[in-house]
Amino acid sequence: MSTEHREKEEEEVKTDGGSPKIKPRPIVQLGIFLISHSPVFSVVFSAAGVMALLLLPLLAKNTYISENALMPGSARSMLSHRDVSDGSKLVNDIQNFRLNHEGQGVEVQRLIGKYMSEMGAEVYYQKFQPDGNHFHPLHFFSGPASYTDLGNVSCASYGVNVAGIIRAPRGDGKESIVLVTPYDFINGGDYEALSFGIASSLFSLLARVTWLSKDIIWLVADSRYGDYRPVSAWLSEYHTPSFEVSDLSKCDDELNISDSFRRAGTVAAALVVKVDGRSERFEDTLSIYAEASNGQMPNLDLINVVNYLAVHRQGFYVKVEKVVSLLSSSWLKTVGEILEAVGKVARTLNPDWKFGIPAADYLEGSATLASSLYSQALGIPTGPHGAFRDYQVDAITLKVSPRFPPGNKGRQHEFFLRGAQLLEGTIRSVNNLLEKFHQSFFLYLLTSPGKFISVGVYMIAFALLVAPLPMVAASLYIDGCNTLTNATDNSAENLKSWKWLRAAKQVFALHLLGFIVTLLPYFISQLPGEQSPTNRSIVWATTSSSLLLVTFVTIPGCSPFSSRPHGANWTVLKSVTISAAFIGLCLMSIINFATAEIGALLLVPMCLMVRPIKPDLRSGRVKSLLCALCSMVLVTIGFPVMFFAISKGLLGEGLVGLSLGGEFWTWLESLWAWKSATYLYIGMVHLPCWLLCLCILFHPS
Amino acid sequence: MARTVLTWWIPLLILQSFLLAIAFGSNEVEEEFSESLLLKPLPDRKVLAHFHFENRAPPSNSHGRHHHLFPKAISQLVQKFRVKEMELSFTQGRWNHEHWGGSDTLSSMNAKPVGVELWAVFDVPRSEVDTSWKNLTHALSGLFCASINFLESSTSYAAPTWGFGRSSDKLRYGSLPREAVCTENLTPWLKLLPCRDKDGISALMNRPSVYRGFYHSQRLHLSMIDSGMLLEQSLTVVLQPDTVYDGKDLQPSWSLSSLFGRKVVGKCVLAKSSNVYLQMEGLAHPEAHTLLKNEEFELSIKPDRTLRETSSVLFIFDIDKSSDSEPFDLSLTWKLPSKWSCQQAPLHASRFLMGSGNERGAIAILLKATESQDKLSGKDITNGGRCRIKANVFQIFPWYVKVYYHTLQIFVDQQQNTSSEVLKKINVSPSADKMSSGMMEMMLELPCEVKSVAISIEYDKGFLHIDEYPPDANQGFDIPSALISFPDHHASLDFKEELSTLPLLSKFKDKSLVRSYTEVLLVPLTTPDFSMPYNVITITCTVFALYFGSLLNALRRRIGEEERFLKSKGKKTGGLKQLLSRFTAKIRGRPVESPSSEPTAAAQSSVLSSKLLFKIILVAGVAAAWQYFSTDK
Repeated sequence: MSTEHREKEEEEVKTDGGSPKIKPRPIVQLGIFLISHSPVFSVVFSAAGVMALLLLPLLAKNTYISENALMPGSARSMLSHRDVSDGSKLVNDIQNFRLNHEGQGVEVQRLIGKYMSEMGAEVYYQKFQPDGNHFHPLHFFSGPASYTDLGNVSCASYGVNVAGIIRAPRGDGKESIVLVTPYDFINGGDYEALSFGIASSLFSLLARVTWLSKDIIWLVADSRYGDYRPVSAWLSEYHTPSFEVSDLSKCDDELNISDSFRRAGTVAAALVVKVDGRSERFEDTLSIYAEASNGQMPNLDLINVVNYLAVHRQGFYVKVEKVVSLLSSSWLKTVGEILEAVGKVARTLNPDWKFGIPAADYLEGSATLASSLYSQALGIPTGPHGAFRDYQVDAITLKVSPRFPPGNKGRQHEFFLRGAQLLEGTIRSVNNLLEKFHQSFFLYLLTSPGKFISVGVYMIAFALLVAPLPMVAASLYIDGCNTLTNATDNSAENLKSWKWLRAAKQVFALHLLGFIVTLLPYFISQLPGEQSPTNRSIVWATTSSSLLLVTFVTIPGCSPFSSRPHGANWTVLKSVTISAAFIGLCLMSIINFATAEIGALLLVPMCLMVRPIKPDLRSGRVKSLLCALCSMVLVTIGFPVMFFAISKGLLGEGLVGLSLGGEFWTWLESLWAWKSATYLYIGMVHLPCWLLCLCILFHPS
Repeated sequence: MARTVLTWWIPLLILQSFLLAIAFGSNEVEEEFSESLLLKPLPDRKVLAHFHFENRAPPSNSHGRHHHLFPKAISQLVQKFRVKEMELSFTQGRWNHEHWGGSDTLSSMNAKPVGVELWAVFDVPRSEVDTSWKNLTHALSGLFCASINFLESSTSYAAPTWGFGRSSDKLRYGSLPREAVCTENLTPWLKLLPCRDKDGISALMNRPSVYRGFYHSQRLHLSMIDSGMLLEQSLTVVLQPDTVYDGKDLQPSWSLSSLFGRKVVGKCVLAKSSNVYLQMEGLAHPEAHTLLKNEEFELSIKPDRTLRETSSVLFIFDIDKSSDSEPFDLSLTWKLPSKWSCQQAPLHASRFLMGSGNERGAIAILLKATESQDKLSGKDITNGGRCRIKANVFQIFPWYVKVYYHTLQIFVDQQQNTSSEVLKKINVSPSADKMSSGMMEMMLELPCEVKSVAISIEYDKGFLHIDEYPPDANQGFDIPSALISFPDHHASLDFKEELSTLPLLSKFKDKSLVRSYTEVLLVPLTTPDFSMPYNVITITCTVFALYFGSLLNALRRRIGEEERFLKSKGKKTGGLKQLLSRFTAKIRGRPVESPSSEPTAAAQSSVLSSKLLFKIILVAGVAAAWQYFSTDK
């Protein structure tokens, strides 16, 4: 393409008539320069983008508490041993009760309710229905108030939440803090019951303290239908109650709980406490889960407060989730070692340059970062705290793993004391807060509980990745126009600016197809009869491919297999494809950044590399053969199903053939059940772009 | 010696003249002051203390502009702003309607919304009411060290017509939910009392113990009556007696000194009457409790009188007899566990916000039937035997909560009701942006057997201008409490005795409207990032600079002239320029296209460039060395 550009410039020079040419504006010059050397720049930028991504663990900053009002750990804990023994008693009672009684009654809930009201709280019970996965294709960005039309209600299966409210003695009742302990009342284990010990010790303390300014709600969520559903049912009743007769209240049973729901003002923050499994380490372990739907995160200050108190006051080992398989990957280790060496060299040059971190830290950081990126990109909340984010409430899940077996009563007391002190400190900090959380970051990635990467830093990687797209699109467009004008006679020249229209038609047709394919699962899920996921995915695949064929037949320019080199020049088509991909990625980066980042990693090389293989194969040169191979590999990986299979394979689960289809269907089903925008991205940006790349790959030119 | 005698005599003379004046004044209606304290154990192990001070002054012309007992500041307010009736309350904490009662006089008079509430009726022409109100708020603001002056703006007050319980078109009502109440508000309030807090019952007001309570409401009610001015000041506190848990379900025992940390050492000498009342509710054998000691509880001081009411017993103590040596320290010791419940309002009201997001939401009021409803419902059988409860709802909405009045929905017993069935009367004054707040008054008529009523109304959240945000804007914005009153229900204590000498009790005997305030709501609105203006200024300036720069450039430059200029000067090109052109040529892979340049010039330029390179390297080296040595130290 540089040749054409040169020609053009020479033309310009000629018109000037030998006089020294007038330079265009610097900015225009820069643009022309970038466009004319787009292959070099696209390689440089993409490589820099990937490098920037790999450098992110190095650039992570230490977290700090941004809001001064929080003052974590400044007050002495007021938790007494009597509070803790109250908690232990409740746990004992529940465990004994569970041993002696079998069945589905609400006796355990009643027991907890009795304890709560003895502590001086207002107690109520709430019934809720397990929620079926209803796929509403156009409800992705609608509010959370779509649980109302559940249709037929069966009185046989419902869950019962218990909630207790402590009113702040001198507070004005405008705000509240929610504490959630999910527990499966039917088959919850001994470890899970320990969360009651922590929450109940805390609650008994909070019932008598005078410093409260926000009301405290303790919600015992009945997690027999999953952790998320009870919390979201409670929240939807809290925020969007229906004043009509609910079907559940018609079910008569021993619990007469109609109309007793109580509220306590705007929810300022929420903490979900779970106890599970035994800690693998010597200390008690605290895992923090923060990701809510569509990559939304709670304010960083909330995580900071918990982390600060857990590490510096209570001596927990705090961790966030990480991709374990990355910890043993050798290439990442090599990268870490190289970076460490570079850091050491830099430090010898100037002792103030402290950007090198040990390779082990780098490995840990990138494994955590990968997990953080992955869970944000997936758009599925990592715990019940996700339900709060739908109502703009900052919430996190704390999963505590004790280091003792569940039967150890002596250790249990100390465990409750520390857990409750941690929560007391956190609640006290949030209670100090006059305004809602707003000081610290909302857009960040964690590389460890104490380190984060803010949006300003991680955006660089994405910007670098995406930057070559407009450049390449422009240069391809110029190329395509020139070849077209050369091929046809000059009469077409006045239509030069409309060259892209035919290509755009094709791109639009395929995007429309992508949209239809995205909506298809809704109609497939409406099919009568119980279908297995595999069957459904087969139906989906066949309908989609037949639709694709129909598109190819009806719209003449689209088909890559037509014998006649009809329609747009492939360069123009590629240019429009790249523009569409660019727009799609940029839009997605606003909605869910992590999805856009991972999508860009897949889409950008594919879009940049892809070119028709026919001429390459015909020419038979090594370079062109390599190019063809590269683009074929990239296009293969770019297929969403293929990528899913590969990522599964990396995680160590081999999937082949039809079971893959079933798995993929289930995965997509989970995406739309959680209203993840990633599903929309796959259907409406990634899939059409992949199809267009396929078109270009098999272009008969 | 003579001088000392003189200094003794002068005050005596003054005192004598003062006493004479009182003696002469006594022929007419006197100024009167009385103090009283009502103590009441509450079912949830707390104790309510209600201080009541009453100050009466005859019509102002009888004494000219002077008063003996009545605070001059208040009488000046009355004269200046022609206040007919006024009530100001400072409250901290929430009244617990379930445990502390909802339908007795005490709670319907003293359960106030959080923060400051002020209403006033004026005796001026209707056009001057707003001016008087504004002036009054400023005067009160200065008088009570509070930000009552914020009620001056027309966006913060309303003019209720009938929903407030007082029908007058000269009534103004406003409240400030966020006002913090503290001792700086109490001190000016105490200054209005003749004995301040130095003597008498008000001496009990030990600040730490008063503010340690669960509820604290300080009220000032001023009214013009036939016999002059009546100023009532009351302070209601709910305290938790310190007790050690003894395992039994006994109510906590307390004494005045344990509650307040002080004792009463005598009455305020200026007070006409000075009494302490103890009201006991829900006693097992009301007849037996005339005795000082019984099997249920024990009092340390023998009551002077005992009054019996339908549901409670009232012990009256006179504190005249107490002195420094023998302070009045009433104490109550429980002997048997006792449980009772307070009288409830017919419907319990709660209000909450619905919806999520920064765009819109809804306000819902939920009225739930209480247990006491059955008892009360017998009273008001009207219109043809059908029992009805009337309830008035009065709400104020700030303008940034843009309420859509047509979305009003009423659900009675979980079924949507066509409005005309229960909604008898409604008065709406919509809000105007940044001009006035919205107000809604509703009169509901509900069947007595109603279990629950839900009222919901939708709103849009408005946008404020950046300088309209209060400090701590991220906290959210308050919607003041709604007032629910029951016009057919009246609270009164039903004594058989004549009690005109005891002001507090005669007040309790009068019928008063049962009313309850709902919660204050906190609406999170969209708030800008307040550090943003600086960023915005920077960006705007950059954009402006670029725009005007290029515009001026385009206007000023003449391309033809420039071309000519270039042509004439074409031969001379700078060394750096040439270097650049060479560089670009090399990148483009073309021969250098400047045949016009002489070899000498090229040599010169290469010399120049090597010099330049040398300079750059030198500067870089110096910078690196400087960096190295400066950081090494």
